[in-house]
Amino acid sequence: MLEGLFAFLFQFGDAFAFLVLSASGLAIIFGMMGVINLAHGEFIMCGAYVTVTAAQAGLPLPLAIACGSLAAGIIGIILERAIINRLFNRPLDTIVATWGISLIATQGTLILLGSTMPGVGTPLGSFSVGDYSFSEYRVVLMAIAVLLMGGLYLLFHRTRYGILARATIQVPHMASALGVNTKVVHSLTFGLGAAMAGLAGGLYAPTMTLVPTMGTAFIVESFVTVVVGGADVFLGTAPAALILAFIKSGMTGLYGQLFGLIGLLLTVIVVIRIMPRGLSGWLLRGRE
Amino acid sequence: MQIQGLRSGYGGKPVLQGIDLEVGKGEIVAVIGRNGVGKSTLMRALMGLLPATAGQILIDDKDVTQVSPHKRARMGIGYIPQGRDVFPRMTVAENLAVGETLLKPGTSPDYDRIYQYFPVLKERASQRAGTLSGGQQQQLAIARVLVGRPNIILLDEPSEGIQPNIVQDIARNVRDLNRELGLTVLFVEQNLDMIMLLAQHCFVIDKGQIVARLSAEDLNDPDAVRRYLAL
Ligand SMILES: Nc1ncnc2c1ncn2[C@@H]1O[C@H](COP(=O)(O)OP(=O)(O)O)[C@@H](O)[C@H]1O
Ligand SMILES: [Mg+2]
Repeated sequence: MLEGLFAFLFQFGDAFAFLVLSASGLAIIFGMMGVINLAHGEFIMCGAYVTVTAAQAGLPLPLAIACGSLAAGIIGIILERAIINRLFNRPLDTIVATWGISLIATQGTLILLGSTMPGVGTPLGSFSVGDYSFSEYRVVLMAIAVLLMGGLYLLFHRTRYGILARATIQVPHMASALGVNTKVVHSLTFGLGAAMAGLAGGLYAPTMTLVPTMGTAFIVESFVTVVVGGADVFLGTAPAALILAFIKSGMTGLYGQLFGLIGLLLTVIVVIRIMPRGLSGWLLRGRE
Repeated sequence: MQIQGLRSGYGGKPVLQGIDLEVGKGEIVAVIGRNGVGKSTLMRALMGLLPATAGQILIDDKDVTQVSPHKRARMGIGYIPQGRDVFPRMTVAENLAVGETLLKPGTSPDYDRIYQYFPVLKERASQRAGTLSGGQQQQLAIARVLVGRPNIILLDEPSEGIQPNIVQDIARNVRDLNRELGLTVLFVEQNLDMIMLLAQHCFVIDKGQIVARLSAEDLNDPDAVRRYLAL
């Protein structure tokens, strides 16, 4: 009984970590810029590839993951400067442009690096509770997901960048009339979102096969989380991930993985019907 | 600040049809006129939020017509828009912190002084700005630019939607700020009380042009001012 409960909690924590880590970059770029980034999965892929390359070059894994995240962030800033900011206030064009970036990135990687790349093994060992055995690395990922939420909260509420970024999304013209260079804020925010995607890629790289299309493995979960959560990273993404993780791990445990996914998609449909602006839009209703 | 032949508008729709006016250092100048004549448009164009299609804006004899809003702001212009535009989901203290962006390098904000002028903001420092009353939001919007120690403030209809006694308070605060800090004030207004309380002289705007200039003596006659407001 207790073992079963622990197994469920582990699955739940694992699903939560995956949802939070894969969605936070997408949520930041959507929530703080209003941009729907269809290249999200490719920033994840970039983080994974750079992480594995750095690890194989001899860097310790945590440092390699930091490199992956940083690389994705820098590429994000460059793409924002070069393309995204020219499409400011043109959301549909931005979607098409990021989709284009996504296609170029997957095909480019395929051409340059081939259809697959040797990975690194999952670090740390495993522990067992009763008859079940659990990966220690997965526990680390859960802890990182929680720390990441806390860290992002501090970043957006305690730092100068965070305050200016929130001012910029809330009343853009007023932020610039108060001396805020909103272009720089947008570049940094896009870079931050891309770096978070890269971080997700780096963290999960040791657990999966590296292929140019690996980003798609994260896309469904990350979009589901952001759609359910709405535009606020903290009032949206975090509670959405909790609820979705519960549904996904419950359905997976009872009926298998396919039903886990079906559960997620059904939740999205229900949530959009009841709360068109997601959980955070609903929580913040009437507060604008 | 000097404005010469300024034209501006929205997309294809011209609103300002060649505005000429001048605001001297340390003056309190009003721009008055009916609804929809282009007063707010003038303020937005001065701040750079709307591009000028013709004419010139000079600040301290520097041509800023093509300068972007955030750079113009950092030259010491504080903008307090109609409707206040506080950051609704940020606290009062965070709203004020955004104003620090206006500070010139090497200077620091003087919050004690700001809270002296607007004590209610200190009480409500950790409250979300969107939950403040109209009068408190107006005070916050003024305080938010004062944090950045501007040389000139552009105030758009400060009395709109505010109780008469708070209108008096705000007028007195702005007068004190002008006297104590030498702050230059250009404000837009339709409220007779606010105009009479605050303005040293005033320009009348109609259909995107300045049609009259009223001196301090003219402003002593409420009926005359009323006539211009109903023009
Ligand atoms: N955002 C906008 N887009 C298009 N037209 C506008 C906009 N804001 C104001 N206008 C128009 O510009 C004219 C001047 O408006 P405004 O400057 O706000 O007047 P005032 O502040 O004097 O009441 C009006 O005819 C108004 O309809
Ligand atoms: Mg107006």
